[in-house]
Amino acid sequence: MTRPWLLGVLAGAMGALFVISLLTGVADPGVATSLKALVLGGEGPLDIVMREIRLPRALLAVMVGASLGLAGAAMQGLLRNPLAEPGVIGISASAALGAVLALQTGLAAMVPLALPGAALLGALLGVGAILFLAGSGGGTLGLILAGIALSALASALTALVLNLSPNPFAAHDIVFWMMGSLADTSFTQVAIAAPVMALGWVLLGRSGRGLEALTLGEDTAASMGVNLARLRLAIVLGTAAAVGAATAVAGTVGFVGLVVPHVLRPWVGAHPGRLLPAAALGGAVLVLAADIAVRRILPGQDLKLGVLMALVGAPVFFHLIWRMRGRP
Amino acid sequence: MTEFRVENLTVMRGSARVLDRACLHLHPGEFVGLIGPNGAGKSTLLRAALGLVAAQGFSSLARLAPAARARTSAWLPQAREIAWPMPVIDLVALAQNGRRDAPQVRAALKRMDIAHLAQRPATALSGGEQARVLMARALAQDTPILLADEPIAGLDPAHQITCMNHCAARAAEGRTVLASLHDLGLAARYCARLVVVHEGRIVADGAPAKVLTPALLRDVFAIHCHIAQAEGGLIVQPLDALSSSAAKESCHVPR
Repeated sequence: MTRPWLLGVLAGAMGALFVISLLTGVADPGVATSLKALVLGGEGPLDIVMREIRLPRALLAVMVGASLGLAGAAMQGLLRNPLAEPGVIGISASAALGAVLALQTGLAAMVPLALPGAALLGALLGVGAILFLAGSGGGTLGLILAGIALSALASALTALVLNLSPNPFAAHDIVFWMMGSLADTSFTQVAIAAPVMALGWVLLGRSGRGLEALTLGEDTAASMGVNLARLRLAIVLGTAAAVGAATAVAGTVGFVGLVVPHVLRPWVGAHPGRLLPAAALGGAVLVLAADIAVRRILPGQDLKLGVLMALVGAPVFFHLIWRMRGRP
Repeated sequence: MTEFRVENLTVMRGSARVLDRACLHLHPGEFVGLIGPNGAGKSTLLRAALGLVAAQGFSSLARLAPAARARTSAWLPQAREIAWPMPVIDLVALAQNGRRDAPQVRAALKRMDIAHLAQRPATALSGGEQARVLMARALAQDTPILLADEPIAGLDPAHQITCMNHCAARAAEGRTVLASLHDLGLAARYCARLVVVHEGRIVADGAPAKVLTPALLRDVFAIHCHIAQAEGGLIVQPLDALSSSAAKESCHVPR
């Protein structure tokens, strides 16, 4: 059943976690002091910690989470399959390949926006390959096989780039970066990701009506006045932009787009269109929570966000496969 | 605007002509049955007329802009696809931009006898119930033209008859209904006009009594039937299938 208060609850949870995220870290001078330093500024390191380190980190958690949740919900709506998720079907891996190429060639350091641009291009090729290989008919087998093939290819090419890397320390850094993390981020990353993500959000956010009609299949949707070619293009470009930018700043963070739509779908009456805003907010909530958790569980250890997310998300993936057994 | 006309509509699949220069003109107020054996080209004709498959020739619907076409014609495809466990009423309301309280939605739910299922997730229903949900969705679009591909396949006899009755009633309101059918008996009884497709061509077009001759049933369908008049309508009851070699010979048709 549809719950009109769902978006309000999710937004409230997002706001609360945003504040908690701001208050989470090695330095803990107390809630009031921290927030005062954030809002009013002040002297000393606390001001810098709050404004230059924790605020961009929390903002990026919201942006990355919303992008991944929205992209997952839109891909699932387009392919009419709850397993369609950028991380699962290799789009994140393709984006990571693009980002690694930009980092390794030094392009990222020379050209502003080269990093998210390369990741976007990688994601675009990934989404295109999935649509080409799996078709848009919604068959699970084709989708998963295409995802396995794409993931394998992107991982192999990434490994090749690292393998041939002249600088082992850079390669080591990149391997850790690819595990997905929001640690050591700044407003530079926010500025890099924001325009590309915004483009993706607009493209995906406007696809709701088409996705609703697509519930009844492509023929019916077309007969109801939906321009399928335009819808497909908008979702391909939107997913590539959202996932590409998220990967460029946070590495590969998988399973957000799988877990969030899966959990929220019953709460929106299974409407693929209504799921979009809910999944965006839900994604922000999940990534904020996970990013707080990695700092609280092992404060000194730099537990990676992507690792934690995979530990949470993989069981959901198993559950979905279990439920879909025996269906075509 | 609201006419259904196709002229010389041809669809190629590879080098095969799956639809060969089909010409068909339907008038408002007609409930037309599209009959023919499996693979004859019925679905292709309907989809090509709607512009859902690339075709040569003229189609009054295919040349409309998508939004205008959606206001003019509703389409019920043969593949019954419901991707998500949405409540029945929401699926039907897709035809009215999601407005659950639209009178067309309420009327369609009632007509297809699924008002009591309105809040159930559509994917949890039986195949026949899902077929009625999808038919209700097409009815709720409230268009002058309705094209339906095997709308009564999988329905129980009572719902087959109500569905045919509703199609006939819609036609009586001055709309056009074109439905592909495999049940020759119901087609003969409820449609004022039958169009026969065979090997991609329209081979017969007219009143059921004129179209459903023993020769046509033998040559196109390879069956022989009991044909009679009763209760104010034609009765066509298939009795036996003919092997394709036997179909060439003249066969016994009981009168």
